[in-house]
Amino acid sequence: MAWTDICAFEDLVENSGICALLNGQQVAVFLLAHSDEPQIYAVGNYDPLGKANVLSRGILGSVGEQIVVASPLYKQHFSLTTGQCLEQPDVVIPVYRVKLQQGRVWLNAGQQNQQASAA
Amino acid sequence: MQQTKQILVIGNGMVGHHFVDQLRAKDPLAQITVLCGEAQLAYDRVHLSGYFSGTSAEQLALTTEEAYQAANIQYRLNCWVEQINREQQLVVTSHGGQFYYDELVLATGSYAFVPPIPGNDQPHCLVYRTLQDLDAIAQSAAVSKVGVVIGGGLLGLEAANALKQLGLQTHVVEFAPQLMAVQLDQAGGQMLSQKITELGVQVHIGKATQAIVAGAECRYQLQFADGESLETDLVLFSAGIRPYDQLARSCGLAVGDRGGIVVNDLCQTSDPHIYAIGECALWQQKIFGLVAPGYQMARVVVSQLTAGELSFTGADMSTKLKLLGVEVGSIGDAHARTPGALSYVFTDPRAKVYKKMVVSKDGKRLLGAVLVGDTSNYDSLLQYALNDMLLPKQPEQLVLPAASGTPLAALTLPNSATICSCHNVAKGDIVAAMDSGCCDLAGIKSCTKASTGCGGCTALLKSVVDDELESRGVEVKNHLCEHFEYSRQELLHLVQVGGIKTFSELLSRHGQGLGCDICKPTVGSILASSWNDYVLKKPHVGLQDTNDTFLANMQKDGSYSVVPRIAGGEITAEKLLVIGQVALDFNLYTKITGGQRIDLFGARLEQLPAIWQRLVDAGFETGHAYGKSLRTVKSCVGSTWCRYGVQDSVGQAIAIENRYKGLRAPHKIKMAVSGCTRECAEAQSKDIGIIATENGWNLYVCGNGGMRPRHADLFATDLDTDTLIRYIDRILMLYIRTADRLQRTSVWMEKLDGGLDYLRKVIIDDELGIATELENQMAALVHTYACEWKATLQDPQALKRFRQFVNSPDADENIVFVEERSQIRPATADEKRQWLQQIPITQLSEAELPVNALAEEK
Ligand SMILES: Cc1cc2nc3c(=O)[nH]c(=O)nc-3n(C[C@H](O)[C@H](O)[C@H](O)COP(=O)(O)OP(=O)(O)OC[C@H]3O[C@@H](n4cnc5c(N)ncnc54)[C@H](O)[C@@H]3O)c2cc1C
Ligand code: SF4
Ligand code: FES
Repeated sequence: MAWTDICAFEDLVENSGICALLNGQQVAVFLLAHSDEPQIYAVGNYDPLGKANVLSRGILGSVGEQIVVASPLYKQHFSLTTGQCLEQPDVVIPVYRVKLQQGRVWLNAGQQNQQASAA
Repeated sequence: MQQTKQILVIGNGMVGHHFVDQLRAKDPLAQITVLCGEAQLAYDRVHLSGYFSGTSAEQLALTTEEAYQAANIQYRLNCWVEQINREQQLVVTSHGGQFYYDELVLATGSYAFVPPIPGNDQPHCLVYRTLQDLDAIAQSAAVSKVGVVIGGGLLGLEAANALKQLGLQTHVVEFAPQLMAVQLDQAGGQMLSQKITELGVQVHIGKATQAIVAGAECRYQLQFADGESLETDLVLFSAGIRPYDQLARSCGLAVGDRGGIVVNDLCQTSDPHIYAIGECALWQQKIFGLVAPGYQMARVVVSQLTAGELSFTGADMSTKLKLLGVEVGSIGDAHARTPGALSYVFTDPRAKVYKKMVVSKDGKRLLGAVLVGDTSNYDSLLQYALNDMLLPKQPEQLVLPAASGTPLAALTLPNSATICSCHNVAKGDIVAAMDSGCCDLAGIKSCTKASTGCGGCTALLKSVVDDELESRGVEVKNHLCEHFEYSRQELLHLVQVGGIKTFSELLSRHGQGLGCDICKPTVGSILASSWNDYVLKKPHVGLQDTNDTFLANMQKDGSYSVVPRIAGGEITAEKLLVIGQVALDFNLYTKITGGQRIDLFGARLEQLPAIWQRLVDAGFETGHAYGKSLRTVKSCVGSTWCRYGVQDSVGQAIAIENRYKGLRAPHKIKMAVSGCTRECAEAQSKDIGIIATENGWNLYVCGNGGMRPRHADLFATDLDTDTLIRYIDRILMLYIRTADRLQRTSVWMEKLDGGLDYLRKVIIDDELGIATELENQMAALVHTYACEWKATLQDPQALKRFRQFVNSPDADENIVFVEERSQIRPATADEKRQWLQQIPITQLSEAELPVNALAEEK
């Protein structure tokens, strides 16, 4: 359940992603800033379909109401809120909780890891 | 009382009949009497020629005696009116019969004018107007071999067609210097002459016939003013029509100087109880020689007699027809007589198609058009003209051959737009009919009568119905993606016209949602080709595909390849050594590409800046292998070394590559320059191909290799370098402006309305007047070029992105290489498993709520 300080808010790239290492896991962190209320999202960096650590370098966007990142390899879309792949709903990537405190970005891996290993 | 009024109609041609028909429909009690000069009731004169191709007189008939009787309409056949007595309100016929009237309608039409040429009254000198005329022509043709039509107007050509069908050797003699001088401009007339000549009808233009005398080989001989002569067995006069206005003249009604019974907007003559309609009426100094305006006049008079309020407001004289199998159309101001009018002309000399569009000075309205050889655009054009609709931004699209089809979407027509002028059916009537349950063409025809007159509106009616059906059924989307309801071209226009500099601005002004991996790179490319901003400038970062973001090509394992520019494929030994050393130092796999340069594979994200620092220091620039932009200009060694070469192909290739490097486009662009026709650089498979000639350069365009090979088209020959560059500037800029997302030039060309000829007109002849603009835009881009890698290396903010982890100096351990043929290659999954502990693959997880991180901070 521990929160980890990842980086400064300024290290995020507006409407794009960066990658952080969280307990040995690669996490893609996105800053969505099109609206007045910018949002930060964090999902696994590994693209299980392209089999490479690349999701942080994908393009952000929306499909209908879903906020997604498109894999730079084969362009599948992954929901940033559920981790589900829109093209292949049985494929799901981890979603991490994220918070901003004193201008620092924090990630929480605990819950996510439990679920991944529990299954 | 109105019902008891005696309404007398003289003439039962098409218009007279329409009047009777309409009046009876509106007023079942009106007393109607029709005096009919011909031997039968009204028939379809418009389709008279059908008589020679098998349509019987019964089929041409517009009504029958039984129908008139059933409708309680009095009629007399072969009943020629000689005189009108206005005081007593009666008319007198040639048989001495008298008919009283309360209201008199003159629908006497017109007769064929026979020019006063000596010898014009011989037995085989005929006209083409009535069924009787046609019988006479058939009889004469049976004993003739050669036939001449005097008059090369619309009707004359139709008559010529008839003579040809009757098996005669056919000639057309025209006094004016061109055919169809009323409807067509000179170039259109010329094209028509060519086509008709091809069809075996001999055309004699600018010939004044002076006499018809006995012939030597044929029955007659025509003698022309220029001393020449023409032998023929049959002469058919089609030198215009003259209104039947003698009746009106002799009873003192106002007639025009050159004939025609003067009427006002209510179709009243100078005697308010006498109306004139159809081809005998002169309204505002004009006689309308078409059936649709006549029908309108008929409806106006019906409205007058039934307390309606219709008035005649003039009519459109546009025509579309097939003459001798040649499609001809004329709309509005065909001769561009309106002050300031501009003309767009399209000619296809091979297919013999000529199209001209006359637009207003500001280019916004269509004033007229001439179409010869292809009238497929007629309906759209007519609607633009009639409804005074705003023309598309590039109006020329309307007359260019419809490769991708740009007919006017019937959906965009206002409901008031007249679809069928014969029966005055507006689009709204058709929509209403569909609302009330008619859902196919046949049903709509029978319920609205649309398209049951001259038939000229059939195609338009169909497209209205189709579009309407479509809009009621499945919706078709042709926009870029769910975020923008525009095509790439439209977006580019919005960006440039609106001076929009960022994606967010474009999205908030013209889009919805957050964008996606389709629209973002597209807009990124549009912004780059419009303003040439550094692509990694903050607002643009998120728009780029990863390749553009990291200025390198991502490979399957998430590593990147690096391609320095080697313009024209020319490289010094020193630079080769640098590349070699860099590859060694960073352990990269090297391969020579098809574009004559060297690709370095296996660079990790975090290595890219260091690699590029070395390359940039050695004088390399980025090769844009990652971008939708100019890739390479391949070259052969050319005249410098090759014994066959005629020009310095390498020098040219380097100059061109340096000019266009960095240019962002809808897709990648490849070029090549060969030093002679042996074509060692394979220029004809490139977007832009250049082949040296003794006199300069031949320019090939829109070729492609790869998945969909296309041989390039030869665009222009023997160009000097200056002209060559100017043409390439223009072509590329036009491509950038108008192509779709991810559309290579080859496909762009195939979709381009008018294809190569059109491209030549725009680029070489500057028919759109945009050449300078295109050149200026290109000049601005060339001028603002900067190597993106050089810029990135100087930008600490941008460099921060080139690390695998924001919080760790570690490398991505999923990138693993093994050795093969003395170089690295990515490890396979199996190989990795042996080397690594497995990367955890997550199973299905519960949805996590997104956290509004900023809100939490507050
Ligand atoms: C071969 C041919 C092809 C054509 N093609 C087209 C076409 O494609 N599109 C188009 O819009 N138009 C076309 N037209 C023209 C069209 O036919 C006429 O515009 C239309 O017929 C005019 O109708 P109207 O009733 O005014 O005259 P008409 O049809 O000429 O009828 C007038 C009638 O009045 C009678 N009449 C005249 N004087 C007297 C009198 N004193 N007493 C009694 N009766 C009298 C005449 O005998 C005649 O029957 C074509 C014409 C011809 C000849
Ligand atoms: S194209 Fe001509 S000049 Fe170039 S290498 Fe081939 S033969 Fe020589
Ligand atoms: S316009 Fe003549 S039938 Fe419709």
